[in-house]
Amino acid sequence: MNGVHDLGGSDGHGPINPEPNEPVFHEEWEKRVFGMFLPVAATGAFNLDEFRHAIERMGAPSYLNTSYYEHWLHAFETLLVEKGTLSAEELAARRAQIAQETH
Amino acid sequence: MASSAHTRPLSDIEIRVKALESLLVEKGLVDQAAVDALIDKYEHKVGPRNGAKVVARAWVDPEYKARLLAHGTEAIEELGFSGMQGEDMVVVENTADVHNVLVCTLCSCYPWPTLGLPPVWYKSAPYRSRVVIEPRGVLKEFGLELPEATEVRVWDSTSEVRYMVLPERPAGTEHLSEDELAALVTRDAMIGVTKVSK
Repeated sequence: MNGVHDLGGSDGHGPINPEPNEPVFHEEWEKRVFGMFLPVAATGAFNLDEFRHAIERMGAPSYLNTSYYEHWLHAFETLLVEKGTLSAEELAARRAQIAQETH
Repeated sequence: MASSAHTRPLSDIEIRVKALESLLVEKGLVDQAAVDALIDKYEHKVGPRNGAKVVARAWVDPEYKARLLAHGTEAIEELGFSGMQGEDMVVVENTADVHNVLVCTLCSCYPWPTLGLPPVWYKSAPYRSRVVIEPRGVLKEFGLELPEATEVRVWDSTSEVRYMVLPERPAGTEHLSEDELAALVTRDAMIGVTKVSK
C-alpha cells in the first residue's frame, strides 16, 4: 500500500542533522514504549505486521510531525482498542487520573 | 529514574505512556521487570561494539571474511551475536571501487544484534527520502565525498533481510591488534555513511 511512510524519493524533508553522541533513548517514556513492545506482542495481542500497519495508517501530518516512539505509542493505543484489549474509555479515565495525581 | 519526574507536571505523552503501561500491567499483559530487562539490554548490552568486533575479525581473518560475505547470519552468530531483527543478515563489502550504504525507506529496519537500535536520523524522513535518489549528496552531509568513479549501492532493508556494511580497513593499520581495530569501527561506517579512519 502506498502511503506517507513510503518516503523513498520524496522531496522537501530538509537536512539530515545527525546528532553527535546520540543516546539510545532521549526520554524515559521512550524506554517504556520500546520495552513494552515485545512482551505485549508475545501475549498475542497483536503481531509485528499489524503494529507496522497501524503506524502506516496514521495520517500524513501526524506521521511526519511526531517522533518515532510516538508512532509506536499510537500503534499500541490503536491496536489494543481495536482488538478490545483496552477500551478508549478506560484509557481516557486512567490518563485523567494520572494527570490529576502528578499535577 | 529521572529526578525531574517529581519536579514538573508530566507531559501529555508521558501521561499516555503511564496510562497504557499501568493498564497493561493490571491486565497481566506486561511484567515491568521484563520491560526493565529489555530496556537495559538494548541501552547497555547490544550495540555497535558488537558489529565492530565482526568487522575487525573479518579484517584480520580472510576465511572469516569469506564466510561473513557468503553467509552473514551464521558468521555473525559465530561471534555470539544473533536474534531479533538480525535473523537474516546480508553483509556488503566496501572497497576502493564500490561504496555501500543502508536505509529503510519504509520505516526503521536495522540489524539490531550487531548495531543495536538505530539513531533518530536513520528513522527520519530526510534520510529515508533522499539517500535513495541522491546518495552522494547525503553522504556529503556526513562529511564523506566519494570519487566520481566509485560506484554507490544503496540497500533498502526489509522486515526480513537486514544489511550491514563491512567497511574498508584503513591504510596504515597493519600493526594494530584485532581489539585495536575494533575500536576504530564506528556505527556510521557500518551503515555506510562514513568510512573508518585511523
